[in-house]
Amino acid sequence: MLAIKDLHAGVEDKKILKGIDLIINPGEVHAVMGKNGSGKSTLSNVITGKDGYDIYDGQILYKNEPIIDWTPEKRALAGIFMSFQYPVAMPGVNNTYFLKAALNAKRKNAGKKDLDAAGFLKLVKEKLDDLDMDASYLKRSVNEGFSGGEKKRNEILQMLTLEPELSIMDETDSGLDIDALKIIANGVNSHRSSKRAFLVITHYQRLLKYIEPDFVHVLIDGKFVKSGGKELALELEKKGYHWLES
Amino acid sequence: MPSDQKIIDSNLEKDYEYGFVTDIESETIPPGLNESVIETISQKKNEPDWLLNWRLKSFRHWLKKREPDWGNIKYPDIDYQSISYFSAPKKKKLESLDEVDPQLLETYNKLGIPLEEQKMLSGVAVDAVFDSVSVATTFKQELKNAGVIFCSFSEAVREYPDLVRKYLGTVVPYTDNYFATLNSAVFTDGSFVYIPKGVRCPMELSTYFRINEANTGQFERTLIIADEGSHVSYLEGCTAPMRDENQLHAAVVELIAHKDATIKYSTVQNWYPGDPETGKGGIYNFVTKRGICLEKNSRISWTQVETGSAVTWKYPSCILKGDGSVGEFYSVAVTNNHQQADTGTKMIHLGKNTKSTIISKGISAGKGQQTYRGEVKIMKGAKQARNFSQCDSILIGDKCGAHTFPYIDVRNSSAQMEHEATTSNIGEDQLFYCNQRGISSEDAVSMIVNGFCKEVFNELPMEFAVEATKLMEITLEGSVG
Repeated sequence: MLAIKDLHAGVEDKKILKGIDLIINPGEVHAVMGKNGSGKSTLSNVITGKDGYDIYDGQILYKNEPIIDWTPEKRALAGIFMSFQYPVAMPGVNNTYFLKAALNAKRKNAGKKDLDAAGFLKLVKEKLDDLDMDASYLKRSVNEGFSGGEKKRNEILQMLTLEPELSIMDETDSGLDIDALKIIANGVNSHRSSKRAFLVITHYQRLLKYIEPDFVHVLIDGKFVKSGGKELALELEKKGYHWLES
Repeated sequence: MPSDQKIIDSNLEKDYEYGFVTDIESETIPPGLNESVIETISQKKNEPDWLLNWRLKSFRHWLKKREPDWGNIKYPDIDYQSISYFSAPKKKKLESLDEVDPQLLETYNKLGIPLEEQKMLSGVAVDAVFDSVSVATTFKQELKNAGVIFCSFSEAVREYPDLVRKYLGTVVPYTDNYFATLNSAVFTDGSFVYIPKGVRCPMELSTYFRINEANTGQFERTLIIADEGSHVSYLEGCTAPMRDENQLHAAVVELIAHKDATIKYSTVQNWYPGDPETGKGGIYNFVTKRGICLEKNSRISWTQVETGSAVTWKYPSCILKGDGSVGEFYSVAVTNNHQQADTGTKMIHLGKNTKSTIISKGISAGKGQQTYRGEVKIMKGAKQARNFSQCDSILIGDKCGAHTFPYIDVRNSSAQMEHEATTSNIGEDQLFYCNQRGISSEDAVSMIVNGFCKEVFNELPMEFAVEATKLMEITLEGSVG
């Protein structure tokens, strides 16, 4: 689904990613763990196509197509989704309106008709229940005045509604209490299937207790220094990152 | 990835969609301004002596005044002698819409405001001002039954001279400011509204202004009086044909609210903003709008959506004289390309327990420059007065500007004042967030801007809110910051 080959990228003249190789197949959950400043956010931003990053070398293939020249919305429409670490607020923009616009953009791209208001509402209400969110969410402005936990739930609500094939979870666990974490993990787990893949980016191991990864990669100074199964996460939890730093 | 700047540039290039000129025969007096021109205007309109004298008094005063230069706007000197001060479609006295020049009706159709349909639509009476003389008025009978007077200013001078004489110049005196003084001397027509005691006007009153004659100044005069316990909502909307020469517009609007009366005045303004490349040819809009809450518990509310004109100089204001009276100002102003706007409001609190609210939303794109200028004055006798002001600006691109000048003058210590102001860019983060959800940058900007303006749009009557949203899309669609 996603193939990253020898990726070197950075901001202006600062090199951040120094040769990343990663292959994610449908149905797999990959975790990338690393300390602050290791390049985790850069990796997710480069995959989703955020402006302001330079790619010096390497390739990103999504479903066998090189996507480095694609706009962010083209990547999104093709099925790449990111749950943001810091979702931005959009004052006055109604949450329902936003979600509907996003869903209909995706449907249009797939050659489908717009979903009408009633059909949309029915769909969203089901997802809300799954995430233990009440309907008042739909009346609020996008992320405005949301608590940290509410923002993250809203991200998952969007993911469940848009049904992407590749979901990147950027530090989804930060700022969450244990109950919220469980709800979100349940949401993510309900979305797992043999056709979908996840890239879970996190600092800590605790999210991985609830979303079990198939592979864990340790990112230090822009490189994967070690990859392994889920037990690697536990090892990191015990020993910290220090033993992997050269 | 295309750079944001490219997207901005390509989308800001959108041409003015309402640019066209209707070829209608009109009677225009040659350019120039002197006492004999004013006498001619007055004569053509069969005005009584008192009004001619008032015009002449204003003109003599204007000669002594200097054009204000404190506004944060730049424009070439205006040659007042090169302007023609009167232009009227030749045909007069129309019995029904059938007699209206078909070309004129066609113009309305191009603008998407077919008069005939509007007769049936949603109870909106339209007093259509085409250039300077009203040529069609609808719904007159229904309004008459309610006792409401809604007519052209000239007709009011003929039919209700006592009312006009009693109120004209009481809110905006002829000495008020350079442009209002000029207007007092040369105004040609406009609207007149009188709502009698206890009457709730049965429909929204609406006037569409058009500027159609090359090189003709447009000097409208509007006077709205709401008698005790009455209620009226008035809509003013404007579009204009494309022109090469600058067109001066200096209107005066006066509102008078008696005891327990409410006047709601809404404007959607979309005059030609000038050539997108050079800024040439746009309308100069120097308007004086002011209302007085004369007696107890009266209320005046201004709502404006300003998307057009090359230069806008406009401060719809409220004088809160009656105890417990309320003044409101809700504004969205957009400046794109070379547009400049210096706009805001004044709230003058004189009475006890008076309350004012100011919500101003400024959007600058391209090389647009925008200034919010607002004054809140709490006079000595205004015990327990309250004001809430909120001025927010967003910038789209890096060549535009937003400036805020709030003046606050409090002379009574029991006053409560709140002022909030923000300036932000349409954030790259907001755009990226939308893009990441598959929403294009164009749709994202439209969504963000409309969200930003929501508090103001909510104040507009339904049909105007739709038009306002459409105008925002035309003006800003896809501009990215």
